[in-house]
Amino acid sequence: MSRFLARHEVPIVEGARCTFLYLGEASAVHLVHRIFGLPERIPLRRLHGTDLWYLVLELPDGSRVEYQLEISRDGRSERINDPLNPRLAHSPLGSSSVCYARGYEVPEWTRPDPDSRPGSLVDLTVPSRALRRACQVTLYLPARFRRIARYPLLIVHDGGDYLKYAAAQTVLDNLIHRLDVAEAIVAFVYPGDRLTEYANSAAHARYLTAELVPRLEAGFPLASGPAARCLMGASFGAVAALSAAYRYPGAYGSLLLQSGSFVFTDIGNDHGGGPAFEPVVRFVNRYRAAPRRVADRVFVSCGMYEPLIIRNRSMVPTFEAAGMAVRYVEARDGHSWENWRDRLREGLSWIFPGPQKFFYE
Amino acid sequence: MRVTLLGPQRRPTLDTVAASLYPEGPIATITAGWQERESDDAEMSKLLGSRDVNLGLYRRWLDVTERDPLFAAGERRLAELLDEVAETYLLRLDHALQAVYAVQRRGGNDRLRADVLAEAIGAVQELDGAHLRRVSAIRGEFYAELPPHDRPVIAEHRAEVAALLGGAAAVVVAGGHVGVLADVLHLFNVAASLGSPVIAWSAGAMALAERIVLFHDRSAHGPGHPEMYGSGLSVLRGVVPLPHARARLLLDDAPRMAVFARRFAPARCVLLENGTRIGTDTDGGWPPGIRVLGPDGHVTTGEAA
Repeated sequence: MSRFLARHEVPIVEGARCTFLYLGEASAVHLVHRIFGLPERIPLRRLHGTDLWYLVLELPDGSRVEYQLEISRDGRSERINDPLNPRLAHSPLGSSSVCYARGYEVPEWTRPDPDSRPGSLVDLTVPSRALRRACQVTLYLPARFRRIARYPLLIVHDGGDYLKYAAAQTVLDNLIHRLDVAEAIVAFVYPGDRLTEYANSAAHARYLTAELVPRLEAGFPLASGPAARCLMGASFGAVAALSAAYRYPGAYGSLLLQSGSFVFTDIGNDHGGGPAFEPVVRFVNRYRAAPRRVADRVFVSCGMYEPLIIRNRSMVPTFEAAGMAVRYVEARDGHSWENWRDRLREGLSWIFPGPQKFFYE
Repeated sequence: MRVTLLGPQRRPTLDTVAASLYPEGPIATITAGWQERESDDAEMSKLLGSRDVNLGLYRRWLDVTERDPLFAAGERRLAELLDEVAETYLLRLDHALQAVYAVQRRGGNDRLRADVLAEAIGAVQELDGAHLRRVSAIRGEFYAELPPHDRPVIAEHRAEVAALLGGAAAVVVAGGHVGVLADVLHLFNVAASLGSPVIAWSAGAMALAERIVLFHDRSAHGPGHPEMYGSGLSVLRGVVPLPHARARLLLDDAPRMAVFARRFAPARCVLLENGTRIGTDTDGGWPPGIRVLGPDGHVTTGEAA
């Protein structure tokens, strides 16, 4: 059995069939995941007469699934990463194992490329009267940054997490080097009380628009006008981006919204999101009742395996009805940083297209 | 003027072409499309037998931006305005071309569809024309406000460039960023001093045409629409050069390519692939055997023109 396991990558992927394995003493083993549409805990079966547990799942081509194993023994259960699978995905909540189904590959542009000249990161502190705190900002300046040039501005919510878990700096370096994305200045912002500031907060929108943007415009060579400004965020960060653009229509030309927590109700108050979502639901309900054009272009992406997929799909016609150009992309993935990382090429190259169309060597 | 168009020079043919056509005399080179790498031309110099004199147009433009801040500020405003104009053009172009493709895909009466398709393509041509006129008008206003010949720094560079071109047996225009290349060619008034034969490839070939058409069907966010950038030097007439056509265009998508060819007709869409060498004769005619996009969207061998 050990020889067998040593010869195979686990989970074993054979066509659409993915076999998950666990070797060890247990009274029960479950696969725990967050694939919307499947039971949250799926039992593994013990191979008769052995300590080997197995589960075969059919996963569509291109799927990427984060999971853990729940091991029950001696009346207790614990969730662990798959000891047979070295692949891990990381997030602020910790790590989990990850299964690459047939056809999924980590995009090569997310990995460091020695040919790509790196941009630089500069830490700033922006005092905010709106938020009543000193706000940290990490500014990305592209390689070959020149004061006489003019750059578009991308503001990224949960900036530290995008840098740490979505390889944002590497992605920017590579996509700019390959001319897929325009040279841009990127402001990675950090939340204070995230669930408050990102849930349709007037103070947060004021900080971005009336404090941060003017400060950056004063200190850096930014192109003027809304077309050169984009707000980006994932999950609650996407709500914050939409909310800021809603409160300051005409200030931002583009939005890049990933797996937005656009929870709403069509009737009644039962949204299932808990108290933190109350202001979000009020905002999204109000927006859906009277959609407003808040930017010229909106890129929306979402994982098919996350519960928010239906919410995000529902927002697409809403945005379109408001007269905005919408690019919508789905992936067979979950509510995860690597999903958001993998969509950055499509999103950023659409929002701020690089000069590739000009180059004929 | 005699012009020789070459395919991309990853596997260079410049050396044999230049040596066979223009064996004597200095050769003026333009590598401004390479931008910051403009002066990294040692390999080209070797291919030309060290007869090259780089006009340094990009370096000259940097010098202008540094020594003439008023002009530089005006250029920045111009660039921002042109960006906005391009955005609105692309917005309209998207709808207009979507209409063309939708009509093209429809079933029903063939004759009706053909008529309506021709009208839809005509609408795109009108849009292209209007965009070119608008860009030209904006550039015209800019140059009227800040006449380059009245700017001492630019005038100085223009005189130097004209002198270098005047003494050249031939001019070589390399590829790179076609927008940057076209802009500096205009700024330093290269067309006015261009009396020698020209060898060009890639962006260099595009900048010599009447209209510069940008195209890239394999961009990161999916096929883009071919678009008008602006006017070239008009040394080449009646042609849309398509360097790297196979790498950049969905040539197997015949309906899409048919729209491309018909949209830019009567100009011929000429493929410039590796190894291509096309010599126009002295009255600007085209030799037989060049590869062009046909009105049916297939690559075909063009006749002499």
